[in-house]
Amino acid sequence: MILAALIVIPLLAAVAVAAGAPARLTSLAAAVLNAVLTVAALMAFKTGEVGYQLAATLFTVLPSPDLKLSVGVDGLSLVMVLLTALVSLGAALASPSTVARGSLRLYHASVLLITAGAMGAFVSTDLFFFYAFHELALIPTFLMIGLFGTGDRRTAAWKITIYLGLGSLILLAGLAALFLNLGGTTFDMAKLTVAAQTTPMAAGTQSWIFLTLLIGFGILISLFPFHSWAPQAYACAPTPVAMLHAGVLKKFGLYGLLKVALPLLPLGSQSAWVLNLLLFALLGNILWIGLVTIAQRELDLMLGHSSVMHMGYIFLGIASHHLIGLTGAVLLMFAHGLSIALLFFLNGVIRSAAGTTHFDRFGGLAKQAPRLGLMFGLATFASIGLPGLANFSGELLVFFGAFKNVAAGGTLWLPLATILALWGVVMSAVYGLRAYRSIFMGQPGANPATVPDLTTTGLLTALVFVIPLLLLGFFPNLLLDLVRPALAALHG
Amino acid sequence: MPAYFLEIAIVLLGLGLLMVDAFATTLDRRLLGHLGIAGVAAVLAGLVFGVDSSASEPLWGFYATDTAALFYKGLALVCTLLVLVLALEYAPVLESYRDGRPGRRGLGEFLCLPLFLCAGLMWMASMTDLLGLFVALETVTITFYVVVAYMRRNLGSLEAGVKYLILGALSTGFLLYGLAWLFGLTGQTNLAAIQTVLVDWKGDTTPLLFTMALLMVGLSFKVGAAPFQFWIPDVYQGAPTPITAFLSVGSKAAGFIVLIRLLEPLLASPIRHAVLLMLGVLAGATLIVGNLAAISQSNFKRLLAYSSIAHAGFLLMALAAGQPAGGVSPNGVVALYLGTYLVMTMLAFAVLVIVRKAGGSDELTAFNGLSQRSPFLAFALVLAMASLAGVPLTAGFFGKFFSLVLIAGAGQWALLTVAVVAAACGFYYYFKVIRCMYWNDPVSEAPPLVFSQLTRVAIILLCVAVVVLGVYPKPLTCLLAP
Repeated sequence: MILAALIVIPLLAAVAVAAGAPARLTSLAAAVLNAVLTVAALMAFKTGEVGYQLAATLFTVLPSPDLKLSVGVDGLSLVMVLLTALVSLGAALASPSTVARGSLRLYHASVLLITAGAMGAFVSTDLFFFYAFHELALIPTFLMIGLFGTGDRRTAAWKITIYLGLGSLILLAGLAALFLNLGGTTFDMAKLTVAAQTTPMAAGTQSWIFLTLLIGFGILISLFPFHSWAPQAYACAPTPVAMLHAGVLKKFGLYGLLKVALPLLPLGSQSAWVLNLLLFALLGNILWIGLVTIAQRELDLMLGHSSVMHMGYIFLGIASHHLIGLTGAVLLMFAHGLSIALLFFLNGVIRSAAGTTHFDRFGGLAKQAPRLGLMFGLATFASIGLPGLANFSGELLVFFGAFKNVAAGGTLWLPLATILALWGVVMSAVYGLRAYRSIFMGQPGANPATVPDLTTTGLLTALVFVIPLLLLGFFPNLLLDLVRPALAALHG
Repeated sequence: MPAYFLEIAIVLLGLGLLMVDAFATTLDRRLLGHLGIAGVAAVLAGLVFGVDSSASEPLWGFYATDTAALFYKGLALVCTLLVLVLALEYAPVLESYRDGRPGRRGLGEFLCLPLFLCAGLMWMASMTDLLGLFVALETVTITFYVVVAYMRRNLGSLEAGVKYLILGALSTGFLLYGLAWLFGLTGQTNLAAIQTVLVDWKGDTTPLLFTMALLMVGLSFKVGAAPFQFWIPDVYQGAPTPITAFLSVGSKAAGFIVLIRLLEPLLASPIRHAVLLMLGVLAGATLIVGNLAAISQSNFKRLLAYSSIAHAGFLLMALAAGQPAGGVSPNGVVALYLGTYLVMTMLAFAVLVIVRKAGGSDELTAFNGLSQRSPFLAFALVLAMASLAGVPLTAGFFGKFFSLVLIAGAGQWALLTVAVVAAACGFYYYFKVIRCMYWNDPVSEAPPLVFSQLTRVAIILLCVAVVVLGVYPKPLTCLLAP
């Protein structure tokens, strides 16, 4: 019942906020409660056991086809729940107590709905609700970006809505085909996995369905060349939405690939032509978007692009089809979720104080705002993969996994792609460090923008992200032990 | 009680109210509407609790009391109930376009006529004989001719009336010609008997194909399938809004029950593949036309008109699959789809009626800043739009999802692609309404939005239905299993 509560609490809080409860207090209370419950779920979870734990069926929607609202977690989904709980706590802390336009209640209710949807998607053990909960974010995101965003917010809101709408429909078509080819009688993920093992589909069918899912999920993850919605949307979105979207919702697509596409379509996901397409696309993410990121002169757009770029590594981990690479991908998903959410939070602090994020307007900010500088530095270092922070271990494992696959007789394009992808690390360092230097180091330019230091709340918000990043940087096994059995079970 | 008592009760109710309207000169006509609502609710209760459907072949085999018939009867009753609520809300607008003393402007008849529509629809749901089917269809169509042009002083309404009359008569001609051919080929008027003849059809299939084409043309008009959808936007825009809602839901549901009943013998005949191909082509064309044309609409009623065409496309797509898949049957998906379509469309029209009454316009700009003028109505319309767009966890998703499952099960990938793109267009034009309500500011001195408690209750119930059916569609799934 803990897992059901994780969905219900934000939903109830959203209703309460809409009905007139104090908005910021309610959403904060819901986020804290959810974080506590997540810790309780972590305590109750038995590491190393295979299969869904804390499982419960809330009610049966349809007897035929077998469609239930049921929840449960394995190591993989638990990690995603933890990520959601942390980012939504940060987002709740970062949400304002007054807004310039629109209604504050709408603001907080939307953030809560997005949180509830993400939680629901990660704890559902039914394919239908896994999909359905993710879509809960669609309308709140549209409203939030269009109403409370900055810059060219309306264009950005349309773009993200139509892109993600189309992506989720392609995904839906793929899931429908998957459901039908696995017997067409149940949406239960555990039963579908059994069906996939006992009565495997033809390899050709698998490839086509996998490609459809890859495009559908890929649009949601901003896989090259379906990425162009992401940077603009993130740059224009209000801070909590950018944090939740870049930090959590984008991971939904990756989670879907790991949890649904790979285990249910083992032959399709390893068929050479699909894999080569994926390698091409992920190199687009890393190299092409990496160069585009370097060219950015504004912090919010740079962060938006960098979050697109980093998806490439996670895809590389998935493409490796090796347990090491897959665990690395999950660690990287978690670490990237935290680091990008923190960066978008700090970006929001800078933008709301200075009214701009253009590099030319800043300089030497570390003197004015040392706490902000420290946190931003840590987040940047995490994001570019410096040792001691969680992202490093993730990237390392991804690269190891990709090379291991070759040793195991995988496709020869993979090492080539991996070697090319390694250059992305250099690019990350270039744009990350340059952004840090131009904002926080050196001398303020002409007409400098002033930014006050982080408040206590701000510091607290940053620590929500920094502590796990450091902890996992030194002890990645805390997370890997949780994930490894689940991935091993899913991927044989 | 036999099921046909329900139709009789509705007709008697309508006649009784007409008599009251004719002779009670000083009565407030709204009372007729309230009586009508109470009467329809009572009949609905009778349908749910009191119908004895065990009697085999009542009325000499003219009349079926199968689950489908009862389901569509319920749909007709709920639809009528909501239309009457909307009609009461719409009364001031209606009266402003009619001559005569205040309170003597034909409101009484306007509130009675939906009952006859309802009786026709209910009758149609049960008809298993060509003659009965045609008579029921005409009862509905002729009543619609009257009410569509009811706002006599409004040019739009008159234009709509004329268009609907001419095109409706034309389509009826096609349909009747098709029915005549069907009778000529088989020598039977009973659909079950026709099916027996067609199953063993050994002769030339050309006459069968011709018959099928005629029937399809006639029924495509009724359900609003491309390329016979041209009347829909103009008629929807011109007709009084409650009648538009009735056209959009009731008339479409009726068209589909007739389509399903007439297709059944043809699908069992040697021309099954041609029928499915034709349905597939119609579905694809309807999806494309409805969704693409909806994108550029700036009038909310026209938007809903194209949206109704788009939904007809999804419904036809479910039928075009021709075979069950994933544990759902085409006919069951159509029923589920129409049930959810009723709820979400009625919700949209309910908000439109209120906004129209206050602002004097059906344009999308009239919805600007609705979230500030009335958060309640804005939220209701968001739910309606989300559901129409097919966002998961709202009522509209299941129908769309299962029609996709059916078409994927039939392996018709081209149609599936069209449907995915079409549904993605839906996100744009339905969200346009949300944009107006939440992003834009209202015009200054926008008049207050007034509506009765009855309407408020109806809107709340519809909102609850949209959300509940989104996770628990069971009440509408009685036909779903193959």
